[in-house]
Amino acid sequence: MFDISMNALMAQLLVGLINGCFYALLSMGLAIIFGLLNIINFAHGAQFMVAAFLAWMGFAQLPLLLGPEFKINFWLALILAPLIVGGLGILLEKTLLKRLYHLDHLYGLLLTFGIALMLEGAFRHFYGISGLNYDPPELLRGGIDLDFMFLPTYRAFVVVFSLAICFITWYLFERTKLGALLRAGTENAKLLQAFGVNIPLMITLTYGFGVALAGVAGVMAAPIMQVNPLMGANLLNIVFAVVVIGGLGSILGAIFTGLALGLVEGLTKVFYPEAATVVVFVVMALVLLTRPAGMFGKEK
Amino acid sequence: MKLTHIAACIASCLAFGAHAQVSDNVVKIGVLNDLSGVYSDLSGQGSVIAARLAIEEMGGKVLGAPIELIFADHQNKPDVAANLARTWFDQEKVDMTTDFPTASTALAVMEIAKQKNRVTMPSAGLATAILGERCNALTAQWTTNTYALAAGTARALVKEGKKSFYFVTADYTFGHSLEKDATEVINHDGGKVLGVSRHPFPGGDFSSYLLKAQASKADVIALANAGNDTINAIKQANEYGITRKQVVAPLLAYISDIHSIGLEKAQGMYLSEAFYWDFDDKSRAWSRKFFEKAKRMPTSAQAGVYSATLSYLKAIEAAKTDEAGAVMAQLRKMTINDAVIRNGKLRADGALVHDMLLLEVKKPSESKEPWDYYKVKAVLKGEDVYPAPNPACAINKS
Amino acid sequence: MTRAALSTPTSAPAKSIPMSVRILLVLLVPALLVPFFPQIAYPVFIMKILCFGLFALAFNLLIGFTGLVSFGHAAFFGWAGYTTGGLMIRYAPQGLPVEVAILAGLLVATAIGYVIGALAIRRTGVYFSMVTLALSQIAYFFAVQAPWTGGEDGMQGVPRGKLLGFVDLSSDTAMYYFVLAVFVLGFLAIHRIIHSPFGQALKALRDNPARAISLGYDIDRCKLYAFMLSAALAGVAGSMKALVLQLAALNDVMLSTSTEVLLMTLLGGLGTGWGPVVGAALVLTLQNHLAALGGVVTIIIGFTFVVCVSFFRLGIIGELQAALQRRDSKKKHAHASPLVETHGETSGR
Repeated sequence: MFDISMNALMAQLLVGLINGCFYALLSMGLAIIFGLLNIINFAHGAQFMVAAFLAWMGFAQLPLLLGPEFKINFWLALILAPLIVGGLGILLEKTLLKRLYHLDHLYGLLLTFGIALMLEGAFRHFYGISGLNYDPPELLRGGIDLDFMFLPTYRAFVVVFSLAICFITWYLFERTKLGALLRAGTENAKLLQAFGVNIPLMITLTYGFGVALAGVAGVMAAPIMQVNPLMGANLLNIVFAVVVIGGLGSILGAIFTGLALGLVEGLTKVFYPEAATVVVFVVMALVLLTRPAGMFGKEK
Repeated sequence: MKLTHIAACIASCLAFGAHAQVSDNVVKIGVLNDLSGVYSDLSGQGSVIAARLAIEEMGGKVLGAPIELIFADHQNKPDVAANLARTWFDQEKVDMTTDFPTASTALAVMEIAKQKNRVTMPSAGLATAILGERCNALTAQWTTNTYALAAGTARALVKEGKKSFYFVTADYTFGHSLEKDATEVINHDGGKVLGVSRHPFPGGDFSSYLLKAQASKADVIALANAGNDTINAIKQANEYGITRKQVVAPLLAYISDIHSIGLEKAQGMYLSEAFYWDFDDKSRAWSRKFFEKAKRMPTSAQAGVYSATLSYLKAIEAAKTDEAGAVMAQLRKMTINDAVIRNGKLRADGALVHDMLLLEVKKPSESKEPWDYYKVKAVLKGEDVYPAPNPACAINKS
Repeated sequence: MTRAALSTPTSAPAKSIPMSVRILLVLLVPALLVPFFPQIAYPVFIMKILCFGLFALAFNLLIGFTGLVSFGHAAFFGWAGYTTGGLMIRYAPQGLPVEVAILAGLLVATAIGYVIGALAIRRTGVYFSMVTLALSQIAYFFAVQAPWTGGEDGMQGVPRGKLLGFVDLSSDTAMYYFVLAVFVLGFLAIHRIIHSPFGQALKALRDNPARAISLGYDIDRCKLYAFMLSAALAGVAGSMKALVLQLAALNDVMLSTSTEVLLMTLLGGLGTGWGPVVGAALVLTLQNHLAALGGVVTIIIGFTFVVCVSFFRLGIIGELQAALQRRDSKKKHAHASPLVETHGETSGR
């Protein structure tokens, strides 16, 4: 079991890191949404999936409908898809989610869960389940021959770009005035409103932003996972665990935990792969029992 | 003389009429498969279309009774399948059920069908247990089985000199079956298994397992999984440059999977199949009929449903009854030769031993039209690739 | 507070038969006649409704009356099924009574309920739910790995055995009456629990935990007992289902089953006596009739969730009760929901 060379181990850790980046991006979005809205966004996985589909549709289907000049390439999709998905999120928030804020968390969770089912069912109905091919952009094809493994360029890009987004988001929330306002909102919305801050607008935009983050992750995931209606659901269970471990409402916690869990998962796959899906839950259960608000969260 | 002649005629006509019994005055076929989930592309509506083609070919009637078709989505859940099957048998007068991707659904329905004396003909459903401990006399596993798939591909590779194998296996019964059967063949033929990585089902990111496989330096990386898992694994093997030095061999891949992966990434792979639409004129003719209705070429699972349905109906005609036991006995007497199955003989334990195909995936430049994906490397005789009767099966013990 | 409108009346001393029980007696009449009219009501399907109805009732005990949302109830349902099924397959030929197998299923479910419950109740609200989710995923993992559960193939061909040693349950009719009897017993048991002092304690801790503590209730103990009771009854439902359909499969321990029972309870009415059964009947009928439509079923289920949660939080029976209440009292009351923020006061709309 331990007869693994240094090279192989490093390769696995790198792979774990790449996965960790996705976890970090998605859990960051979830943490932001929960932090301000107190809503567990069960639709996060579905929104991630929709963005991936939009990227694929823009590339494969739009040219057929409107002509070859309308082919949306990866870079354009990376900007457009999150905007569209974020916009749809805002629509959802303004129409349905808003009505549930005064109630138990459960209702928001169930609503978003229902939305997730509807989205997944709809895409399943129209596109089947086998998964659609989406190639990485020309610029990022091929790979870098590191000594211990052949690293696909695209995956290296994922790491760099994800970390960049994580950093920007963290900076936005922790180091700018806007971020300070948002954080104040999570602590005492009424007081902030008394100061004249448009809280409902803030909430709406925050939800949109969190969903847009899922959208960015979705477009980036498209070349790695086959674009299929269940790609989000499969990921979401793990991401929930990440968010709970990292502390709901703490961005740094989400980022750090996402990366750390990616590494843990990578190691598990090396030594005891059957447990790869379960190890995250075991860690989550342990953390919840010792530090209920998570490693970095604030007790609410 | 004439009078006795007439009398004899009348007598035999009456006798004929008395023997040609169809229960409930209808022969009803039930296609039970996955219409919306992970296996909907390889079976799904395509299987329904295939069954319809078989019914049309029989003229919509057998022994004077109409043939009807019913279908439903078992959502890959054995209890949904069991419930549907019970209702179908008790209330809908269904005589035969077929397809069953996700083996647990096949096993569940086989059991109920035995109790109620109906025929079950799995096409997409694959598990060692179907011919093993859960075998029964009213089941005919039509299209293929895990051993035949594994034997075909593994044997061919070892013969080519690729002797060391590393398995990436889906951690559930089907994956284990494939791996076990392939290992047996490899060891028997002088090859060696260097290691195995078992991934949860369904897997998502195979990077770790593929890198381990790469580190093992095995000649062949054998994929003991199916559907999306196979597709993802192959895609990622390409990404990591693994396919440059090692052969990736999916032990089960349908043409719908190759369609999804694309020839660019799949080229050069070996695989075993029960059926390929472009094999010969007969298969082409039927497949084009299928294509007209489905807008896709048939997978072997769907084609298997056509063949199973057609053979079943023909067996009813020959046996002059639709009573399950009699029909199965008749099926065992027949040699199946249609557009899909060649030289097929149904064994007592339910295995339809027939020719399998060893295929190689074409390069993109070699493909002239969509779905023109394979080169037929060899036709494998059933006796060579099908497993010996499983001692765990009660039928084989008697 | 309009909470009173949601649960069956408890304040009046039980001199007359309570409403839920009255409904039970009324429904018993057609229920007893089902096997004689298999073309109208297919007995196996009705048995399935009874099993899932009991499952939803057990779930409702926790969510509707104790205010605890568990995402892992499939663990109890599924594992009881595996236990009963496994025992029957292995030992029924040697004469194991079916009652023993069901009891074993109940005990296993209760044990798992103790483990999950003891760990989960240490946290409240969302965290509680997430712990139940995590632990049930671990239970699922065990179900996949343990060889005797049959893994993906499931446990097939579970014999139904003989009740009390002589009633052969392989006949659908005999099995039906047995399932009906178990359902009635389960229903009455839950009814009794709800209307007992313990039940009152549960409702108190659902509505205002702080006040309950100040009144001297050991709410952690109450929660754990409620959890175990709910698990035990969910286990009975699971055991019965395994016997009715004669198989136990991984789907029974999956997250989808946990969310399914949540939908059934929500749709029927949280905290009502009959709501969960109505919800179960509806959801199962929907799944049955739309079996041919594939992905559309998921869309409809999702849509039902959305509509229920947004506009229909009391569920079918809950809305019915509220409407009757409104008509009786002729008073307007605010649009209510069975669960409110655990932080304390309900903020008005």
